[in-house]
Amino acid sequence: MVEWSDSERKTIASVWGKINVGEIGPQSLARLLIVYPWTQRYFGTFGDLSNAAAIQGNPKVAAHGKTVLNALDKAVKNLDNIKATYAQLSLLHFEKLNVDPGNFKLLANCLTIVAATAFGPAFTPAVQATWQKLLSVVVSALSSRYY
Amino acid sequence: MLSNTEKELIVQIWDTMIPVAEDIGSEALLRMFTTFPKTKTYFSHLDISPNSDHLRCHGKKIVQALAEGARNISTLATTLAPLSRFHAYLLRIHPTNFKLLNHCILVTLACHMGDNFTPVAHAAIDKFLSAFSAVLAEKFR
Ligand code: HEM
Ligand code: HEM
Ligand code: HEM
Repeated sequence: MVEWSDSERKTIASVWGKINVGEIGPQSLARLLIVYPWTQRYFGTFGDLSNAAAIQGNPKVAAHGKTVLNALDKAVKNLDNIKATYAQLSLLHFEKLNVDPGNFKLLANCLTIVAATAFGPAFTPAVQATWQKLLSVVVSALSSRYY
Repeated sequence: MLSNTEKELIVQIWDTMIPVAEDIGSEALLRMFTTFPKTKTYFSHLDISPNSDHLRCHGKKIVQALAEGARNISTLATTLAPLSRFHAYLLRIHPTNFKLLNHCILVTLACHMGDNFTPVAHAAIDKFLSAFSAVLAEKFR
């Protein structure tokens, strides 16, 4: 069981409240595909991913980025139960999508960096630490049903 | 592999960080210590509280080393040989820590550069930091 202090809960609620899902989601997925090109193997049906501009302008990338970030909302609302919350999604990524879970962490890192570009100095080291604690719990939950 | 455009971008970004090397470097270190507390074990002999002289001084050295590496990108292995020997034989840093610092350097640049830290810049700096740390860790093997 992961423990959350009151101040961590407050920080998470505050950061999440300021995140624009429609911007941060697409940007994070785009960065994943640009910075770690091997992740493109899972998105063969998304059309043109041939360069950074194409990826950033690809509507399917944008839509899926939003889907992913909306899924994060479930973690924020179920902090004490993240593993169970993502059980089905973990199975889906393993059995159907065949995603190597090493990539979850890379997406989490891209999300952190995009949040840093959006928040600037307000994204203090303490806020970063709490935010990454949340993401690392999400990453381990998404990896938990691989067998 | 870095393209010529990426190499120029890397030099340009690190050059703009030189005047604020203390700020950038010490912030990256503080982020590493806060998010990954185990990294503090290597710095028990220094005062690493926020804004301490040690932190600022060490932060500056890191940014200067990175800027120097950026200017000598095709000869990283020879340019960084002394620093590599130091991290491998004297400091004996577990190699996983380089990834943690690299990530915190990226977050620091993202906070300072905002939208100017584009995906293309992000990709270039990420590759550069991986190449740099690979050299710092290579003497282990
Ligand atoms: C020491 C590292 C590795 C060596 C020397 C190696 C070598 C090879 C060789 C010689 C082939 C056959 C290529 C051909 O048919 O022309 C191959 C195919 C393949 N390798 Fe690797 N490989 C390595 C690591 C990996 C790893 C880590 C993975 C993934 C976990 C991987 C996944 C594959 C796959 C999916 C194929 C295609 C298999 C097929 O469809 O027949 N390889 N590899
Ligand atoms: C924080 C991490 C992640 C979360 C929260 C997440 C969430 C989701 C969600 C909610 C869906 C839709 C599932 C459905 O249709 O029922 C999905 C689909 C998918 N995810 Fe993930 N995901 C994550 C990471 C990744 C990563 C790292 C990859 C690959 C690099 C990946 C590849 C895919 C693919 C290929 C689909 C199907 C897309 C489609 O064809 O529509 N996911 N993900
Ligand atoms: C991009 C990666 C890194 C760069 C560019 C870098 C650069 C440097 C430089 C320039 C020095 C000063 C060397 C001297 O005084 O001659 C140094 C020292 C040191 N580094 Fe690194 N370093 C990196 C990664 C790390 C990591 C990941 C750790 C541990 C978590 C680490 C721990 C240390 C320690 C403990 C010292 C000695 C500090 C002192 O006693 O003053 N370094 N590093």
